[in-house]
Amino acid sequence: MAIEHTNLSDPAGIDPKQVARLSRLSRLGLSDDELQRLGSQLGAIVAAVDKLAEADTDRVDPTAQVGGLTNVCRPDVVLEGLSQGDALANAASQEAGLLRVPAIQ
Amino acid sequence: MTLLDRSIVELGRGLRTGEFSSVELTESALADTRTVDGELGAFLRTTAEAAMAQAAKADRQLAEDTGNRSPLLGIPVAYKDVLCTKGVETTAGSRILTGFIPPYSATAIERMEAAGAVGLGKLNCDEFAMGSSNENSAFQTTRNPWATDRVPGGSSGGSAVAVAARMVSAALGTDTGGSIRLPASFCGVVGVKPSYGRVSRYGLIAFASSLDQVGPLTKTVEDAALVLEVIAGLDARDSTSSSAPLGDLRGALKAGVSGLRVGIPKEYLSMEIEPGVRDVFDISVSRLEAAGARLSEVSLPSTEYALAAYYVIAPAEVSSNLARMDGVRFGPGFGSAPNLMAAYESARHLGFGPEVRRRIALGTYVLSSGYYDAYYLRAQKVRTLVSQDFEQVFKEVDCLISPTAPTTAFRIGERLADPLAMYATDLLTLPANLAGVSGMSVPAGFAGGLPVGLQVLAPYMGEATCFQVAATIEEMAQIWQIRPAGHANLESPV
Repeated sequence: MAIEHTNLSDPAGIDPKQVARLSRLSRLGLSDDELQRLGSQLGAIVAAVDKLAEADTDRVDPTAQVGGLTNVCRPDVVLEGLSQGDALANAASQEAGLLRVPAIQ
Repeated sequence: MTLLDRSIVELGRGLRTGEFSSVELTESALADTRTVDGELGAFLRTTAEAAMAQAAKADRQLAEDTGNRSPLLGIPVAYKDVLCTKGVETTAGSRILTGFIPPYSATAIERMEAAGAVGLGKLNCDEFAMGSSNENSAFQTTRNPWATDRVPGGSSGGSAVAVAARMVSAALGTDTGGSIRLPASFCGVVGVKPSYGRVSRYGLIAFASSLDQVGPLTKTVEDAALVLEVIAGLDARDSTSSSAPLGDLRGALKAGVSGLRVGIPKEYLSMEIEPGVRDVFDISVSRLEAAGARLSEVSLPSTEYALAAYYVIAPAEVSSNLARMDGVRFGPGFGSAPNLMAAYESARHLGFGPEVRRRIALGTYVLSSGYYDAYYLRAQKVRTLVSQDFEQVFKEVDCLISPTAPTTAFRIGERLADPLAMYATDLLTLPANLAGVSGMSVPAGFAGGLPVGLQVLAPYMGEATCFQVAATIEEMAQIWQIRPAGHANLESPV
């Protein structure tokens, strides 16, 4: 199998606005430098996965579950879950038994 | 020689005849984690006090013959840090989970503990198991015990090193695209990627949930069977776990390969494979033939698309799974951010390393509107093709054999600058994750003083066949007793 080793300094394909949008959507908080570097790397990776376009996938169903399992349910009975104390134990900030975060705006 | 040069079966005999106690064995192993591991860096943290308590308990059970006949009773083991351990910090190799103390343990670990295994601590790995070299850990570099300027492979690198350097008898790792088999190959140990669903993923910090699988790394094939027997099986807390019977692994170890149909996937062997690796493969194939196996060339035509499908599906699942890492419920938090958006961005910017960011961004890209059909949906269709290849070929042969990786362990830093070169490390292993079939890497020889592993793949829920072939390869190669410290004097022992 031939793997195309695209030159990573070559900004192949992903435009800077698009990379900034990805960073915002995924809450990565990247700086301009980081966005630029990520953009060129993503361009190279996307160019490599474009290989998918060559596969003949007409009349092929997408995989849902490799083991063929469908609709696995447990009995509808209440089970004990994490206690409030356990669920909060790792939170960096909490108040009155609740998670505390900054205001949305 | 240390006690841990012995296999689990041999150690069990020593424990039961009173030659040594689990406390003595555990003390000796813990001493190695303080000395040997100083250079290797396999452990992120040890749990010495809990280990000594567990060892003392095992000794009491052995003395009183309490009915615990598990072969793992009193045996030192350790766990990859993506598996939650109740009350013991679990970071997945990421800063964003620094200080996270899980309120529960992974099912696989609960089962190891119930069997009486003595957990020594948590093992280093690539951040969230994303990587092929262990270099993506946020905390430390783990070195290959055969050549300390080389990587151990990843992402279960700490697990492979702890076993190879005789600090533990067994380690649990996880394999999403080769993360157990690759480091097993690079470090000269046995590594099993069970079929998808064979081992519960409950308490495993998710990387790509449709691909992740927990499995053992050990010195010998038999040891791997003993661990898999303990951790396998249905778990109500993981609805993707399977109740399919594991089969007779111990019987498989003694079955030999006479008459067994072994396929060589021509697409795998047509890749660029290092000559020394190829030599070990060719020698092993002729040995299998001499042992009565029927070798034939087979074809998995969709292999050329597998890497691309993997690097769409895995990042897509990453972008979704890692959304929970927001600094609110666990991790070091978000400092003095002025608003919620800034808090999320601060926690995630400080918390994630470059590879994790890359995969989150890539996953977000392939799932975004306008790209979903071209990438994600298409990749899931290609995944079906890859599965169909395996189904078809397993009508012709009982199992497949190939090198586990195209090369031996590479140098630290060598592939860091080129993500695609790093991704290509997993070319031979990731198709098995896409299809969910069972796989294993077994040490078969050396090239340039470095271990070479061979991969055996068998049908979905067909682990017994992997063990059958791997046991034969192990027996013919006669190398499992060779420990890394001795390698300098070895002229390619194959």
